[in-house]
Amino acid sequence: MPSSIPASATNKAAPGVGATLAPRAATTRSPWAMALRRFARNRVVILALVVLGLLAASAVFAPLLTPFDPLQRDVPNRLAPPGPVHWLGTDALGRDLYTRMLFGGRLSLFLGLASVALSLSLGVTLGLLAGYFGALVDATIMRLVDLILAFPGILFAIWLVALLGPGVNQVILANALFGMPAFARVVRGSVLAIKSADYVQAARSIGAPGGRIILVHMLPNVLAPIVVLASLNTAQAILVAASLSFLGLGPQPPMPEWGALLADGMTYIRSAWWLTVFPGLALTLTVLSSNLVGDGLRDALDPQMVVK
Amino acid sequence: MLVYIIRRLIIAVPLMLALVAVVFIMLRTVVPGDVAALLAGDQASPEQVEALRREMGLDRPIPVQFGIFLGNLARGDLGRSAITRQPVTARILQAMPITLTLATLTALTATLIGLSLGVITAYYANSWLDNLLRVLVVIGASMPTFWVGPMLILIFAVWLRSLPVQGSMTTAGLVLPVLTLGIGAMAGLSRLTRAGMLEVLNSDYIRTARAKGLRERAVVLVHAFRNALIPAITLIGVQFGGLLGGSVITERIFGLPGMGTLAINAIHNRDYPVVQGVVLVIAGIYLLVNLLVDIAYAFVNPRIRYE
Repeated sequence: MPSSIPASATNKAAPGVGATLAPRAATTRSPWAMALRRFARNRVVILALVVLGLLAASAVFAPLLTPFDPLQRDVPNRLAPPGPVHWLGTDALGRDLYTRMLFGGRLSLFLGLASVALSLSLGVTLGLLAGYFGALVDATIMRLVDLILAFPGILFAIWLVALLGPGVNQVILANALFGMPAFARVVRGSVLAIKSADYVQAARSIGAPGGRIILVHMLPNVLAPIVVLASLNTAQAILVAASLSFLGLGPQPPMPEWGALLADGMTYIRSAWWLTVFPGLALTLTVLSSNLVGDGLRDALDPQMVVK
Repeated sequence: MLVYIIRRLIIAVPLMLALVAVVFIMLRTVVPGDVAALLAGDQASPEQVEALRREMGLDRPIPVQFGIFLGNLARGDLGRSAITRQPVTARILQAMPITLTLATLTALTATLIGLSLGVITAYYANSWLDNLLRVLVVIGASMPTFWVGPMLILIFAVWLRSLPVQGSMTTAGLVLPVLTLGIGAMAGLSRLTRAGMLEVLNSDYIRTARAKGLRERAVVLVHAFRNALIPAITLIGVQFGGLLGGSVITERIFGLPGMGTLAINAIHNRDYPVVQGVVLVIAGIYLLVNLLVDIAYAFVNPRIRYE
């Protein structure tokens, strides 16, 4: 059976990127276990992971962590500085900033994660197809990818949202298409590298259908770069989503979102510094932690890997 | 060299055409409804919509439409704003110097600071200075533009009162926008330069240079830096695109009336001809800059020419 080819056979084709096809073949020294050990040794990365966990937990349990409602106005208390009641102060309508940041984090993290999930599915599918079939399929898919990359910076995402109109789903779609090329390229490259590996040839020679070769033999072996890229892309996706919100193209008011909160704070920058400082701090902390975790994963899974 | 430039040009032309096609097709597939009504704007009368339809051939087959679109583009005609009825080209030409000045100044500043930081951190690798600068670089790379800008305003304009809140095309008015836009590029360049320098500093020819008694400064700045510069040049090209895209946000923060502000206002007004024009022009500039960077790269690195 092709699936019983030992994991060590895969290591030859993609050193360090090895993954086990069948967990039963894995001993305690499987590549994933070794990567996990390398990952856990890096204290900064573990700290970043803890920070991310806390941020995610505060987003999930937002209603339990605050007595206020994110939309509840309290106009007499408008633009109150941080204090014992309103820990991080209030905005121009007297809404509690701490509460709005908790709920804003929900939306910001959701936008980022949903975008990455979508660009991952799209990019991995296209990358696998391009790498496996080659020729015309490859050329068509990769030219499409090149075109998205030919737009400078977030201009492509801005253009797409301009056409779709502002909103949560629109931001996710634009962000996902913007992030997709990186996945497609990395997966295609990895597939090309293992395409002529013995175990793929073996599977082909005993007549395994294309779909089975792609899903059972190739996908597990390109998993490592995908995991690394996904974690690094999460930071970027959260940033792009918040950028679009900052420009007023994302979730519409009064929905709180970190980028939108920052845009709000700009209006009152002379009188209410807390509206600018705290949402940005939360966003930076999130992006910094995601970047560190991504770097840690890359170092753990494959010190030689170069993304993009 | 000439052959290389020509070959590079031959690749650039179809890419530009493809870009124009993508923008053209996206406008016609993503937004539901009648393109003529869309381009004419919400306030246009039925007669105006019909006039635009005839003028742009929007009642003809798509390939014909594309031909007319390309013809207009070649003459520098990007249509008229759906709100002000002004030619889009005129409005873009008004806004373009601001965006280009901002992006170019930022690219220069970021290159200067990024390369210096890279050389310093590589030379003093693993010292406290290197560690401190590297931590700052990682944090800098994670700070979103739209937080850096407001924070700089808060610190330098509101608290210290040393620079204006509002950006402008003066030295004082450009300091904060340039820093805001450049911080990410600076971080990226210094990381790359540090890695490149470290690699080069360990190579044989550097040992030879040291062995023959060259001064350390000459070894680092002349021998090592020149080779570490090669990857950095490519990154500068890529970063310039990021700067063009990022200037949309920076212009917004500092109230600079560049192409980014023009585009965002147009998006909020559903002024599609203006948005489309800005997208095409920015993408075109980016393509041109990358072309120039590739040529510069071939000058610095002869190996590229003979590939």
